[in-house]
Amino acid sequence: MVWTSLLTELAKGTLTTITVSMAGLAVGMLSGLLLALVRAGAVPVASQAIAVYVSITRATPMVTLALLIFFGLPALGLALSPLVAAILIISINTSVFQAEIWRASLLDFPRGQLDAARASGMTRVRTFQRIVFPQVWRASLPALVNEMTLVIKGSPAIAVIGVVDLTRVAVRWTTQTYQPIPPFLTATVIYVAVVMCLIWVQRYTERRIVEKYGIL
Amino acid sequence: MIENFGIVLGEWRLLATGLFNTVWICALSGVLSLILAVFVSLLLVSSRHGVRRVAQGAVDVMRAIPFLMLLFIVYYCLPAVNVRLSSWTCGLSALVVYNTAYFAEILRGAWAHLPREQTETGHAYGYAGLRLYHRIILPQIFIASGPVLGNQMITLVKNSAFLMVITIPDLTFMANQVQAIYFVPFETMLIAVGLYWVVCSTIEGTVRRLDRIAAVRGHE
Repeated sequence: MVWTSLLTELAKGTLTTITVSMAGLAVGMLSGLLLALVRAGAVPVASQAIAVYVSITRATPMVTLALLIFFGLPALGLALSPLVAAILIISINTSVFQAEIWRASLLDFPRGQLDAARASGMTRVRTFQRIVFPQVWRASLPALVNEMTLVIKGSPAIAVIGVVDLTRVAVRWTTQTYQPIPPFLTATVIYVAVVMCLIWVQRYTERRIVEKYGIL
Repeated sequence: MIENFGIVLGEWRLLATGLFNTVWICALSGVLSLILAVFVSLLLVSSRHGVRRVAQGAVDVMRAIPFLMLLFIVYYCLPAVNVRLSSWTCGLSALVVYNTAYFAEILRGAWAHLPREQTETGHAYGYAGLRLYHRIILPQIFIASGPVLGNQMITLVKNSAFLMVITIPDLTFMANQVQAIYFVPFETMLIAVGLYWVVCSTIEGTVRRLDRIAAVRGHE
């Protein structure tokens, strides 16, 4: 009976961890792409500002960022629920890493194709949509899936601001029952399973891309 | 806003203590885990199949779990089996164990990319076993993996912020104290973020300088 209720609790926590991580990743992917595009486009001032922002945010621990957002923003008059704050924290953190991933593949993009698109009369937006993005997306995919595992591993930071994720469920169970080993070992197994799944997805997508397009 | 920064800077002693604790605990666990990783990497390339499997399994599990998870396991589970450690020992050992796994994997990867000729030439000159490893292999894999080890050091610094949850007075913990006393969370945390940036940039700069020295000595 105890085991069933422990497993139910842990399952809920896992769901929270995965949902918040994936939501953060999705937001981070878009904002990361935006940051990378502005930086690669060499927009004066904005490019340099983004470079500094990326450098600082990359050096910020997830917990410190969590405290900054969760306590700092309400002090500036922007109240947030823990769940929204959690998604915001993860997306801010992951967006700068994803920006670097996008930037790397944008810098690798062959110039000749851009010239060819210009010569065929495509606008810049259309070139990005039709020529650049489909290829850059493929090149970035393995690194993006890898970033997912990093986000899952950083996600317990949201437990610190009170979101009941997988880690917090284990802690709560421990403080209620004084039996730390069952919840923590089970939670460890769940984390390992989730991360292993993502690694498998990464290898699978890499293989599929190579099969379908010949190269990554 | 400006006067709030003034309030936080008035408590610079607390923040400096936190920064000092973060730096020394990271430096100590970095050094300890690098030493341990050298030995663990030997297990990872052991000629005995069983040893290799067990070591690789342990390293892979470590690399799959969040650091906070390991920290809580050390903090909550060890007392349940009658091992009592202070929170400092808990924090330090969790950091060391976690990073040893990453460092060992990095060294193993660098070793796998080391040209076979190096080992063979070493054999030809009469080097074998530990002496071969110590004199020929290790220096080269250290140089080759320098940048990756540096990145992992930065990850270590960022993971060390989790130590605040077991009440170790590191930079994040102290910043959290300051913000709770004066209720100036935004300014305090921003300063803490700036200090982390300085620490991480210093590591990055050091790695770049070491890399240049390695390049001068003929390593790419």
